[in-house]
Amino acid sequence: MKNSTFCLVTAIVVIVFFGAAMLAVTNDYFFFAGYVVLQYIVLATAWNILGGYTGYINFGTAGFFAIGAYAAVVLHKLWGPPIPVLILVGGVLSGLVGLGMGMLTLRLRGVFFAIGTLALAIVVQTFVTNWDFVGGSRGVYIIRPATAPLLGNYIHYLFLVMLVLAGFSIALARCIEHSTLGFGLAAVRDDELAAEAAGVPTLKLKLISTALSGALMGMAGAPLPYYVTYLDPTSGFNLAYAVNSIAMPLIGGMTSWVGPLLGAIFLGTIQQTATVTISSSLNLLIVGVLLVLAVVIAPDGIIGLWRPRRRRAQEPL
Amino acid sequence: MSETLLQVRGLAKHFGGFVALDDIELDIKEGERVGLIGPNGSGKSTLVNCLSGALKHDSGSVRFDGMPLDGLPAYQRTRLGLARSFQLPKPFRSLTVVQNLHVPLLFTAKHRAGAHLTSAQIDARCEELLHVVALEGKAQARPRDLTQIEMRKLELARAMAAAPKLLIADEVMAGLSHSEIDDILALLVKLNQSGVTVILIEHIMRAVMSFSQRLVCLVAGKKIADGKPQEVVLNPDVERAYLGE
Repeated sequence: MKNSTFCLVTAIVVIVFFGAAMLAVTNDYFFFAGYVVLQYIVLATAWNILGGYTGYINFGTAGFFAIGAYAAVVLHKLWGPPIPVLILVGGVLSGLVGLGMGMLTLRLRGVFFAIGTLALAIVVQTFVTNWDFVGGSRGVYIIRPATAPLLGNYIHYLFLVMLVLAGFSIALARCIEHSTLGFGLAAVRDDELAAEAAGVPTLKLKLISTALSGALMGMAGAPLPYYVTYLDPTSGFNLAYAVNSIAMPLIGGMTSWVGPLLGAIFLGTIQQTATVTISSSLNLLIVGVLLVLAVVIAPDGIIGLWRPRRRRAQEPL
Repeated sequence: MSETLLQVRGLAKHFGGFVALDDIELDIKEGERVGLIGPNGSGKSTLVNCLSGALKHDSGSVRFDGMPLDGLPAYQRTRLGLARSFQLPKPFRSLTVVQNLHVPLLFTAKHRAGAHLTSAQIDARCEELLHVVALEGKAQARPRDLTQIEMRKLELARAMAAAPKLLIADEVMAGLSHSEIDDILALLVKLNQSGVTVILIEHIMRAVMSFSQRLVCLVAGKKIADGKPQEVVLNPDVERAYLGE
């Protein structure tokens, strides 16, 4: 399928899904919980652009996510623009931070890069915790408008925004996969020396990858203040974001856009269900157990489970 | 004769206190087939790495096709037409064989002035390259399913896909059988006849001697001989380096 066709199909799926949800679901809680799952689709897809396609493990998801969220807080206090503007600004800002982080840390490989990203998240968190304008460690209340544009109901509107963002990030990931950039990133992931020798500008591609990945994470974070209405550093920079955005592509599969999508839906839904039915503090325990199971049963992720069979069928006898 | 393609002047590289390359002078003319020999640890691979940009040399200069290469990153040198293969094959393991060739075609051949390849041209070029190295049947295979010689051939094909003016083949024949060596040799000679200058780094003397028009010998980071293959192997310094006193 061509990339343009894929984008069109994604757009149709987004519209149909939203229409169906509006018609079939009467309980607002579905949208409330669905928002979180969709947010994780964006985060997992974003993480996978750097982690899966390029082979650089990022522990700093929460940092990028919170940059988007706090950019929205600042804008809200200054001017109060509509959410799409917040998303745009949050995306640009965290994309730039991603670019800067890339310049500083991409010479590091493997575990050193991972530690660098973790450090970045901590630096940003310390900065925000000490910044009074956005509430510091006390946190900040966001009073959202009584009615939302387009739909009236605010949670429906937020759900739609995040659904569109999820569709956008999946389309972006798939376009990258099936492009020259995707080939280059795969070459970087497999062997950087060989990639350079084949004419691939590895540093440039890695920077593009960190910037795109960071931007998507920031975009996912921008609507957060309106969703939670009270934002403090511990929730904005929650470790769960980093852990989940790594676990979801790992469980789903890292080689294609399908993996993070499946992982996020699977893990996100289980977590949301467990939150209501069992206990809200059980989430990370579930992630841990599922990660162990995934490593044992499906080391290449959920998509890896059916891949080998198809590959065998393709091979000539 | 033809022009100088690669000009190395006073090239030096050390790792800490260890001198890997010491004041190397080397001229390679266009269309030449040069063999580079030397005992293990004599600096052959370090020289390749310095020429291709994988390592930064400490002093001296390298000019390629009239352009100074000093400080240029490896990918730009490849785009200028200086390609290399690796001693230990480094395929892109998650890509199929044909996709492995796509990478240099998309990133190198496509970027060269005048050559704007369409995707149909890229596919045709891949097919041609696979045919040259006799890997047509393996186009959709993954590198892990290849044999050792197929891996070497893929490595060569990938270097050739960048449409180089100069190909540095770093020990492409180590560990191969007699007939497999002949296969690769024939491939390199054919490539040379199509106008590509080739530097062959090799331990297998039979291969080097039959391939090279000129032989360069490195010992302990110094160039100790450079000339006709028959003369170089009879050079007393070279004999001493290989066989001892």
